[in-house]
Amino acid sequence: MSNLSEKLQGLKASGRKGLVVYLTAGYPDYKATLETALAMEEEGADVIEIGIPFSDPIADGPVIQKAATLALKAGATTTKSIELIKEIRKASTIPLVVMTYVNSILGYGMEKFITSFAQAGINGIIVPDLPLEESGLLEDLCKEQGIDLIQLIAPTSTKDRIDRIAKKAEGFLYCVSNTGVTGGQHANYEQIGSVIESARQVADIPMAIGFGIGTPEGALAAARYADAVIVGSAILEKLAHEGIDGVRGLVRAICVQLDKESGRYEDSSKSR
Amino acid sequence: MPDKHGRFGNFGGQFVPETVMPALLELEESYARLKNDEAFKEELSFYLREYAGRPTKLYFAKNLTEHYGRGRIYLKREDLLHTGAHKINNAIGQAILARRMGKKKIVAETGAGQHGVACATVAALFGLECRVYMGKEDIERQSLNVFRMRLLGTEVFPVTSGTGTLKDATSEAIRYWVTNVGDTHYIIGSVVGPHPYPMIVRDFQKVIGEEVKEQIMNLNIEKLKYIVACVGGGSNAMGIFYSFRNDKDIIKIGVEAAGKGVTTTEHAASLTKGRPGVLHGAFSYLLQDDDGQIIEPYSISAGLDYPGVGPEHSFFKDSGKVEYKAVTDEEALEAFKRLARIEGIIPALESSHALAYLEEIMPKTQVDESVIICLSGRGDKDVDMAVKVMGGL
Repeated sequence: MSNLSEKLQGLKASGRKGLVVYLTAGYPDYKATLETALAMEEEGADVIEIGIPFSDPIADGPVIQKAATLALKAGATTTKSIELIKEIRKASTIPLVVMTYVNSILGYGMEKFITSFAQAGINGIIVPDLPLEESGLLEDLCKEQGIDLIQLIAPTSTKDRIDRIAKKAEGFLYCVSNTGVTGGQHANYEQIGSVIESARQVADIPMAIGFGIGTPEGALAAARYADAVIVGSAILEKLAHEGIDGVRGLVRAICVQLDKESGRYEDSSKSR
Repeated sequence: MPDKHGRFGNFGGQFVPETVMPALLELEESYARLKNDEAFKEELSFYLREYAGRPTKLYFAKNLTEHYGRGRIYLKREDLLHTGAHKINNAIGQAILARRMGKKKIVAETGAGQHGVACATVAALFGLECRVYMGKEDIERQSLNVFRMRLLGTEVFPVTSGTGTLKDATSEAIRYWVTNVGDTHYIIGSVVGPHPYPMIVRDFQKVIGEEVKEQIMNLNIEKLKYIVACVGGGSNAMGIFYSFRNDKDIIKIGVEAAGKGVTTTEHAASLTKGRPGVLHGAFSYLLQDDDGQIIEPYSISAGLDYPGVGPEHSFFKDSGKVEYKAVTDEEALEAFKRLARIEGIIPALESSHALAYLEEIMPKTQVDESVIICLSGRGDKDVDMAVKVMGGL
């Protein structure tokens, strides 16, 4: 089992729901990404997802698109993002995954990209535009480097696809809450809930719901169907408007709610 | 044909979020079933003939031929189609496909506005709800087409994300499709995007070349030396080249936009200057930097202003089936003016790139040899732009 699934399985065993938090590398600058990542760990986040800014992020909504555009304008590069991972790794053992589009990998050089990030200390990689049909591109390389290639399922996934994807899943299964892009608000998790139920029948792997989860209440509602929730756009918005303290507040509030769902009402943030 | 993973050699594929994969598979299945369905074929050919105005003429450009004093020049008159460009071929085909798949809504992106107008037109014709995404910058330079789309009852959405041009409009159309995949069919405008789109758009455009093949016989054109077409995403070029892809004696030339020159940073010559990568779901030649960030292309012609190109063109390039060249804004504008003055035909700025390449090849032809240019669209839409650049005449 990988570090990533070990951590999430561990949480599951203890009856707690995990929190995966997202930041765009280099937004608003690399120092802020580093500090915010570490602050979120202090507040109780279980996994940190770092997005590699890409010029044409097809799966992302306006908030993450804008963060990517601004990061690139401010001089973000893949090499600097690798350095960022190293910096986070120096200070923390928290599971780290990168979220990146196929062309960022190909453009930089596939082997160089995967090897450099693996050596920098990531545990997994999410490639939203690499569906099952194309995942052969990275499978061997990721395996060789000992990192999990995170698979995604969506509300539109058919039974047959859910089975095939779940069987391939490593680390955790990224369950996309809605048909659409990251960000926005979403209240109904029933549809993805039933997709998750199907997936559980084929794979014993932690399930994490993402896309459109931005509030403690939303996190709580989503957590009923999964082992972990993923929060991205809402964190970037907090960071933009209220700085690191705002992010701390949001992460703490989400953790409190998640721990309620886990049946732990008191002093929850410290117990994480 | 692409293989079962939608690959033309190494190029193509399906690099899209899982959310749309089931829709792509559904499209692939429906299309495989329908393309050989007699009723579908009949409906398609009815609308192409009676509504769009096919077949288009293969016109012998006598004056232009005399101007060069070498081989014979023929123009494949796609500019005479309803809505003024070849884009209508694909729009009709895909609208019929959408209807037969039970989808009531269509979404499209547009650069120059020609594909948007074609989609708006078929939406009106078939009673489909249509929305078109268009870069903010393109909305400004193609205001006439924006008005046409709105007149036809289509909602036009300005795209400001990224750089606010065709690539961003395409991303936005895909995002809308991802969100509304249940009741919406995405009509991509060129031979780009994830499989099966490059194949479907090619199949709906290949009628251009099929007609040419027949017309060559009827017009007794014996020594056809060159077929030339402009390439942005590459749908008109694919449409005319496809039937001739294995004819080794005919030299096929795809002409990209060199903008201010391929040695500058301002051009849209993906095949000439790019390297393979993934954009909008397909692996193909692409203008990108060392980190794989897409480089914003530039061309005076909004329809060629795209950083990628259809994957089958990438395959044609690497396998040597087609040659790809590039001409500058200035050369295209000269050709634009030349055709207007000499033949009384105002070509689209896109097609003017193909016409401009005559300067290069005509001296290499003999009087008994022929050249066919795909005149993919008419230039009315470009008059504002031409006034701006050329000033008073």
